Amino acid sequence: MKKRTLTKATKDNFATIAMIVVLYAAVTIAAQAGLINSHLGGLLVPLCVYATMAVSLNLVVGILGELSLGHAGFMCVGAFSAAFFSKVTEASMNTFPRFFLAILVGGIVAGIFGFLIGIPVLRLNGDYLAIVTLAFGEIIKNIMNVLYVGKVGNSIRFSLDSSAAMDMDEMIINGPQGITGTPYDATFTVGFIILLISVIVVLNLVNSRSGRAIMAIRDNRIAAESVGIRVTRYKMLAFTLSAVIAGCAGALYAHNLASLIATPARFGYNMSILFLVFVVLGGIGSTRGSIIAAVILTLIPEVLRFIGDYRMLIYAVIMIVMMIVNWNPKSRAFIEAHNPFRKKEKEVQ
Amino acid sequence: MMKMKKVLSVVLTSAMTAGMLAGCTDAASSSAGKVSSSAPAEAAVSTAAADGPTFKIGAIGPLTGAAANYGNAVVNGAELAVKEINANGGINGYQIEYRGEDDELDNEKSVNAYNTLKDWGMQMLVGSTTSACSIAVSERSKADNLFQLTPSGSAVDCVKYDNVFRVCFSDPNQGTKSAEYIGQHDLAKTVGIIYDSSDVYSSGIEQNFVKEAKNQGLDVKVAEAFTADSNTDFTAQLQKCKDANVDLIFLPIYYTQAATILTQASTLGIKASFFGCDGLDGMLDMDNFDTKLAEGVMLLTPFAADAKDEKTQNFVKTFKDSYGVTPNQFAADAYDAVYAMKAAAEEEKVTPDQSVSDICDAVKTGMTKIEVKGLTGTIHWTADGEPDKEPKAVSITNGAYVSMEDEAAEAASAAA
Repeated sequence: MKKRTLTKATKDNFATIAMIVVLYAAVTIAAQAGLINSHLGGLLVPLCVYATMAVSLNLVVGILGELSLGHAGFMCVGAFSAAFFSKVTEASMNTFPRFFLAILVGGIVAGIFGFLIGIPVLRLNGDYLAIVTLAFGEIIKNIMNVLYVGKVGNSIRFSLDSSAAMDMDEMIINGPQGITGTPYDATFTVGFIILLISVIVVLNLVNSRSGRAIMAIRDNRIAAESVGIRVTRYKMLAFTLSAVIAGCAGALYAHNLASLIATPARFGYNMSILFLVFVVLGGIGSTRGSIIAAVILTLIPEVLRFIGDYRMLIYAVIMIVMMIVNWNPKSRAFIEAHNPFRKKEKEVQ
Repeated sequence: MMKMKKVLSVVLTSAMTAGMLAGCTDAASSSAGKVSSSAPAEAAVSTAAADGPTFKIGAIGPLTGAAANYGNAVVNGAELAVKEINANGGINGYQIEYRGEDDELDNEKSVNAYNTLKDWGMQMLVGSTTSACSIAVSERSKADNLFQLTPSGSAVDCVKYDNVFRVCFSDPNQGTKSAEYIGQHDLAKTVGIIYDSSDVYSSGIEQNFVKEAKNQGLDVKVAEAFTADSNTDFTAQLQKCKDANVDLIFLPIYYTQAATILTQASTLGIKASFFGCDGLDGMLDMDNFDTKLAEGVMLLTPFAADAKDEKTQNFVKTFKDSYGVTPNQFAADAYDAVYAMKAAAEEEKVTPDQSVSDICDAVKTGMTKIEVKGLTGTIHWTADGEPDKEPKAVSITNGAYVSMEDEAAEAASAAA
């Protein structure tokens, strides 16, 4: 009886969570059986990072309906703060509590930035918001490139000039050389847990009172305002939560590689746009779709390594094809007409 | 609509799973050693597999993107050395198989490239080309105990682990040596520095130069930075150097920006002399650059493409014939790296049927015993992975590199 009361949305949410869990179980079993080579094994944590980023950005773009082009900035903040925390406490704490706290630190610091940025930014709409978030991402990247933080004895000093400026001897963040020697703690299981928690949080938010308010703002801001929804407040809620998730993804990223540098390729606007591509290709507003798109688009260039430089070309072509097949009305109609599942579904209904 | 979405998600999920499986099978076949026959369009050409056991050497560098020059130089330089060694009977009589992978100047991709090479069966690694990538990879190569020799990863932490060695000078080494050279040869009293604060190499040298300058009694009056986003106009930085009236301007940067700086300095009428590191190598071959402007520029470099010795000239000629460009120091470093591996492996009588870890342990010991007379000088290694070689100071005279020691000797004999 209870099953009948499940709404369509709930079923859909369960399907999303089930997909992640089944994939995780399948990969873990395959790894145990020795079916996963080191190339694919090394990709598992990045896949979790990008899937989490897609979930995070989908909350802003798909559910809140605002275009953010600065999500790599939040990831950058999360990555640097978490790596900084780990470097400082590496000697004094055990791996598990330290890594757990580092992820929290990454999430919280990114969340604070999200909140602060959100105050001026979310009073803007549409294109203006996109421009300001774009600028924010670039500013974060450039600040990280001139930030020197080092230890002198037991005190921590920082400078925006050079490492020599404060007589720092043991550098933690060394300007453009970033943070090196972050402990390698990230595992697929941790990545999976972070992804799962962010998916559950986002899906539950969407189906809550706040979520409906957020979507009402997306669909018609004036109407939402007129029924008494506090627009800025709900926008802030979604934006800050999204930043927290991005910060956690950044923390995971930082603990997967021994060197962390705020390069334009990694934390610049190109990366923000790539995250946006995940969301758009996956179907704006669909959490599951974003995750699938993130996984496919991360895997393609790696799986195509064997064709050398041509993979760059194939990647672009696949992206165009995916876009056309997914969104062109004619191609959709064609798929509908030749869909082997169609009859079956009619019967079900 | 909803139905459509469901169907689509099923299709995409299955496509994804299929992609994963495809990934597995591809790599499975490559680890069986068929890669060079099944993948003819490899990023860098794999050398043909010979019969019997072979050594497998991999290389990693940015083959695409902004730093593709460096990665291609490394991958091609190492390939040239492998071809030569194979033609001359290989290492301990075993041929070498070689494969280069792209890392797009990204440390995450560099680790992916490393894992790909590992699945292929790599036993020794020439790479990664750049510092950050090399550090990220060394974390994994240490876990696998795989011998890694980075040709050009100059940051201190690159050789933190005992399985990693390098061919180039470290950043502190270059910065310190430059300051020492200027101090000891009394080239200047006041110094201005223009460096790229967004670049690891440049800012690393700058930091250490400033430290050592104090000890040498040099007065660093100006230290002006630029970033990758603003590397076309240097008049502001140069004007400051001019106002401070410095004797010498130190340029720990790459040649493309240095060429612009020299052009703008001549427009501003700056009389100071210029001093640089190995990054300046390549300037004389630049298109649309008036080499007269580079007259008198001094640089500390382990390799100069127009050096007169036979070994360098042969290398430059073969490299030009094979790849159509003049090799830079990255290519020379990678070339030396492969020869160092050969020497170390022969020293310890390593054979390809040993495990990766055994090869690593043996080659590690071998590295500290050998002496390689390479393109970048005669090199010894210490157990901490640092090369021991003397930097050569050259100055540009009549559009060519002239060793400064020779010049000084000539001047002395002329005076006598």
